[in-house]
Amino acid sequence: MTTTVLPRVNYLNVRTTVASWMLTKDHKRIGVMYLVVVALAFFLGSIMAAGVRIELTTPQGDFVSADTYNRMFTMHAVFMVFFVLIPVVPAILGNFAMPLMIGAKDVAFPTLNLMSWYIFVIGFLFTVAAMVLGGVDTGWTFYTPYSSNASTSNVLLAGLGIFITGFSSILTGLNFMVTIHRMRAPGMTWFRLPLFVWAIYATSLVMILGTPVVAITLFMVVLERAFGFGIFDPRLGGDPVLFQHLFWFYSHPAVYIMILPPMGVISEVIACFSRKNVFGYSFVAFSSLAIAVFGFLVWAHHLFVSGISPYSAMIFSFLSFAVAIPSAVKTFNWTATLYKGAIWWRAPIMWVFGFLGLFLVGGLTGLFLASLGLDVHLHDTYFVVAHFHYIMVGGAIMGFFAGLHYWWPKMTGRMYSNSMAMLAALLVFVGFNLTFFPQFILGYLGMPRRYHVYPEEFQVLNVLSSAGASILAVGYTLIALYLVYSLFRGEEAGANPWLATGLEWKTESPPSPHNFPETPIVNEGAYEYSKREIKVA
Amino acid sequence: MPNGIAAHADPHGHAPHPALQHHFQTLDQQHEAATIGMWVFLVTEVMFFGGLLMAYLLYRVWYPEAWAEGSLDLDIALGGFNTVVLIASSLTMALAVRSAQIGAQRATVGWLLATMALGLTFLGVKVIEYSEKFALNHVPGANFVYEGPHARQVEIFFSLYFGLTGLHALHMVVGVSILSVITWMASRGRFSPEWNTPVEISGLYWHFVDIVWIFLFPLLYLVDRAHQFA
Repeated sequence: MTTTVLPRVNYLNVRTTVASWMLTKDHKRIGVMYLVVVALAFFLGSIMAAGVRIELTTPQGDFVSADTYNRMFTMHAVFMVFFVLIPVVPAILGNFAMPLMIGAKDVAFPTLNLMSWYIFVIGFLFTVAAMVLGGVDTGWTFYTPYSSNASTSNVLLAGLGIFITGFSSILTGLNFMVTIHRMRAPGMTWFRLPLFVWAIYATSLVMILGTPVVAITLFMVVLERAFGFGIFDPRLGGDPVLFQHLFWFYSHPAVYIMILPPMGVISEVIACFSRKNVFGYSFVAFSSLAIAVFGFLVWAHHLFVSGISPYSAMIFSFLSFAVAIPSAVKTFNWTATLYKGAIWWRAPIMWVFGFLGLFLVGGLTGLFLASLGLDVHLHDTYFVVAHFHYIMVGGAIMGFFAGLHYWWPKMTGRMYSNSMAMLAALLVFVGFNLTFFPQFILGYLGMPRRYHVYPEEFQVLNVLSSAGASILAVGYTLIALYLVYSLFRGEEAGANPWLATGLEWKTESPPSPHNFPETPIVNEGAYEYSKREIKVA
Repeated sequence: MPNGIAAHADPHGHAPHPALQHHFQTLDQQHEAATIGMWVFLVTEVMFFGGLLMAYLLYRVWYPEAWAEGSLDLDIALGGFNTVVLIASSLTMALAVRSAQIGAQRATVGWLLATMALGLTFLGVKVIEYSEKFALNHVPGANFVYEGPHARQVEIFFSLYFGLTGLHALHMVVGVSILSVITWMASRGRFSPEWNTPVEISGLYWHFVDIVWIFLFPLLYLVDRAHQFA
C-alpha cells in the first residue's frame, strides 16, 4: 500500500462539531449520516429476526405468543424493507460516491439532500415509536381490511412513518436524476458513465414513479383508520384487492429499488478486481433501464391467489418471466467479465462472488413463483420467504457490502483488515445459505409463512435455519468490529488503493470538502483497465 | 456552456452572480437543474394523485348510480366559480413570471399578490363547501348520514371527494405559502432578467395544481349533470 499521509483538510475533519454534521450539505457527509441510521435500523430489524428464529427452533409456541410473533415478523420486515434495503445502497453509497464518480462538486440540490435525510429520520422515529408502543401485527404489506378496520396495533404510527420516509426516497431519486442529467463533468458522456451511475439513474426512475403511489395508498389506509373514510372497506362495497394492486404497484418495483443499485456496485467491483472492461457495457447499462421499466408491469404476480382474472394472471405471469431477461443479461455479462480476467483476491470481490451465486438462486426461484400453477402451491409458504431473502439479503445486502468494502478506503481514508473481511464474507455466505436454503424445502413441503407453531416433522430444517442465522449474526458483528477498528488503527489507504479507474479514485482519500481541486475533464470510458499496465499483487 | 453567465472562474475577473450556488458552474446550469427538478417533482405528483384517481375510476365503473347521486349533491355553482378563480390565477401567475423575466419588479409583486388572493379565494370557497357537507353529515365516517338507494357506495364517493379535494386544497395551501416567500423575495429585488428561476418554477407548480382542479371539477361535479339540465 502507498504511504501518503492523510490529506490535511478533508470532508471529515474540515469541521467536527455536531452542528457541522447536522447542518451539512456535503453529499459525502450525508451518505455517512445515512450509514449511521441504516445501521441502527438494521440492528433493530436483526433483533426482531432473532426473535423469530428463536421461536421457530421448536414446533411449539413456547418463546413468544402468537400475537407477539406477528408483531416481531412485521417489525422485522418494516425496518428491513423501508429503512434498510431501500436506502442502503442509493442513500449511503449513491450519496457518497455518485457525485464523485461523475466529477461533480455535489448533488444538484444539496439542501434538499439534507432535508431528505431529516425526513428519513422523522419517518424512522415514527416507526420506532410504533415498535416501542407495542409494534404492528399486520405484516409489512398492511393488507386491508385487517390494517384499516380490524387490527388494534399501531398501524397508524407505522403507516405514517413509512408515508413520511417515502418522501425521503422520492426526493433522493429526484435529486440523483437531476444530478446525473446536469452535473456531469466535461467529457463525461452518457456512455462513459460508470455502470453504478446508470443503475442509480434507473433506480431514481423507479423511486420517482413508484414511491408516490405507495405513499397515497398508505394515506388512504390512514384516512380509513383515523377518520373512518371508506375506500377499501368491503362493508361499503369497497375493494380490498384494489389495495393490493396499489400496494404492489410500488412494492414490486421497490424490489428493483433494492437490487438495481447493488447490481451497479457489482459492475464496478467486478471490473476492478478482474482488471477488465465490463463485458457488454451498453447491454448492462440498458438492462438497468429495462428492469426499471419492466419492473412496473409485473406487480399482479403477488395477487395470483387473490381472485384476479385468469387472463390478467396469464399476462402478468408472462411479464414476470420477461423481467428475468435483463437480469440474466447482467449475470451473463458479469460472468463474461470474469472470464480470462486477472482476478485479484481482495475482500470486495468475495462479496461479489457471494452475490452472483445467491442472486442466481434467488432469481431462478422467482421463475418458479411466476408460474401460475406452481404459485398456487407455493404462495405464502416458506418458499416465498426463502426466494425473496435470496434476492434481498443474498443480492442487495451482499452487493451493499461489496460496495462498502470497495469504497470504505475512499470514505474513511483507512484500510480494514483484508483477511478479516474475507472471513466475514465467507461466514455470511455460509450462514446465509444455511439459514435460507432449508426454507425452500420447508416451503415446498408446505410450511406456511407467518405462523409461530408448526408440525414436528419440520423441526430439523427449522433448527438448521436458526443455526444459520446465528452464523449470520457472527458474520455481521465481525464486519462491524473490523470496520470500526479500521477507523482508529487502519492503514492509510492512499488515493487509489485498488488501482481502479473512475473519477472518485483520482481525488484524495478521504476527499476534500469540494471533491476535486479542479473540475476533472473526462476523455475515456469508465473501465479502461486494459489500457493501463497495472500490476497488482 | 453557451450563454453562461458569471462562471466561478470568470476570465474577466467579474464576481460570480450572487444567486449562483457554489456547486454549479453557471446560472444556466443552475436554472436547468431547478427546472428539470420541478418537472420531475410534478411527475411524482401525477403518480401521487394517480393512486386516488385509480380508486375513483374503479368505483365509478362499478357504481355509476352512486357516483351520479353523490355528484348531484355537490354545489356546482361554487365548484364552477372556483374553477374560474383558478383559471384566472393561472393567468396572473403567468403574468408574474413574464414580469420577472423582463425585470419589472413592481408588476411581479403585484401579479404574485393577485395570484395569492385568487388562491385564498379558492380556499375560502372550499371552506364554505366543506362546512355545508359537515352540516349535512355528508362527511364519511361514523356520523355519515345519507338517504338514498346507494347510501353505502355514496359514502365511498364522498371519501374520494374529500380525499381528492382535501389533497388538492393542501397543495393550494403549500402553493400560497411558496408564493408568499417568492413575493417577499421579489419585493427585495432578488430577481432580474438573468435570474428569475424561483418565480418560474413556482409558476410551474401553481399551474400544475390548477390543472389538477381542471380534472377534479368534471370528475366530481359533472358526473351526471346532463339529465339535470336536459
